[in-house]
Amino acid sequence: MTYLPYAVAAWLFAVGLYGVVTSRNMLHQIISLSVAQASTYVLLLSVGFRTHATAPVFGDVPPTRTAVDPVVQALSLTDVVVGATVTALLLAIAVQVHKRTGSLDPEGPAT
Amino acid sequence: MTLRTRRAVFLLAAAVFTGLLLWGFGGLPHFGTFQGAYGVILDHGAVPERHITDVVTAVNFDYRGFDTLGEEFIFFAAVVGVTCILRAQPDEASGHIADYAFGRAVPPTSDAVRVLGLGLTPPTVLFGLYVIAHGHLTPGGGFQGGVILATGVLLIYLAGELDDLHGLYTVPALERAEALGAAAYIAIGLAGLLAGSAFLQNVWPLGRVGHLLSAGTVAPIDLAVGLEIGAGLVLLLVTFLHQTIVLRRTR
Amino acid sequence: MTVLETISLLLVAAGGTCVVAVRDPLRQAMLAGFFGILLAILFFILQAPDVALSEIVVGAVAMPLMILVSLAKIRGGER
Repeated sequence: MTYLPYAVAAWLFAVGLYGVVTSRNMLHQIISLSVAQASTYVLLLSVGFRTHATAPVFGDVPPTRTAVDPVVQALSLTDVVVGATVTALLLAIAVQVHKRTGSLDPEGPAT
Repeated sequence: MTLRTRRAVFLLAAAVFTGLLLWGFGGLPHFGTFQGAYGVILDHGAVPERHITDVVTAVNFDYRGFDTLGEEFIFFAAVVGVTCILRAQPDEASGHIADYAFGRAVPPTSDAVRVLGLGLTPPTVLFGLYVIAHGHLTPGGGFQGGVILATGVLLIYLAGELDDLHGLYTVPALERAEALGAAAYIAIGLAGLLAGSAFLQNVWPLGRVGHLLSAGTVAPIDLAVGLEIGAGLVLLLVTFLHQTIVLRRTR
Repeated sequence: MTVLETISLLLVAAGGTCVVAVRDPLRQAMLAGFFGILLAILFFILQAPDVALSEIVVGAVAMPLMILVSLAKIRGGER
């Protein structure tokens, strides 16, 4: 049971990858990619977690309290916003592809 | 290779990959027993050393400020990419600015949406500015507050029409605001060089712990990042909306 | 591990599976927003309020909006 967070991260990554590989619609592919990105946040935050520890914000608790790791939180925090913007770039490419070719199928003409 | 063959090959590879991944994860320490030394040092040392209470913001903008500069430029490049990709094509022209839907009449914006949108916009913008300004004291910072600011601006579009939003700004002003935010980050970093120390070193007066004017260069960098993320996200979403609502294909 | 952590992890795994299993992008946009909220709850439970705040504002506002507007553009040109 102590390895459940890591298993959930691996499962999310595998599921997102399955969505990207077997998709017939580019928008569906892009959203599955964002699920795979979410798996990295879950993994990072699970690695930095410490039981019975508080958040690394010491506005109201004394700094001598044990807190979880702040470095992985800093990594995930910027990654969430930047990842959404890169998803926006992918969506823009999908819109233009649809304009040029008329179809959103990543496989090309139906096989 | 047909879709079925590809799916079979992928499932096989994914099974092997997931097996290896789970075996690798088995070597990690148990969930809840974090053993890194850097995190412990930061937790105990950041508050007395930098007079800052939000250690995550300290890591983002002070200890690892250089990495955040790189992330900010990824954001900048992505916004530039979107505005370049979604430009008007030769067979498109600006049409009448109004919501439209093919094959059915667009229902007018309901009164509930109007009231809620107008009522929520000032508190949202204020909340976004609060989250940006207090990034070094409480959970928050430039990234979150910038997105909240962009949300507040977009509520105006939800409550009204795209025309109302256009009256607030011009696209060149948004672009300049975003570039100003990115340049301000670098300028504050250069202040460290001018003071005889390293780039992005925290060389400004540190103030007292828990006060708004504390933590040296972290607060101005927070404001610069908030400006850039807010302006960039509004630009991004306005580009998408312009693409959908304004540009029409001239066959 | 506490019950709360277990339940939130399982909900996140189920939410991710649902987002990929649904094939229609319109429904997927709504599910993606809901998945963002589930992730934010997990991040709160893992004592990460900064990341949770980030995930809420991005996953519930910016992402579904961009997907829906792209979908409107694509569907508008289809007919």
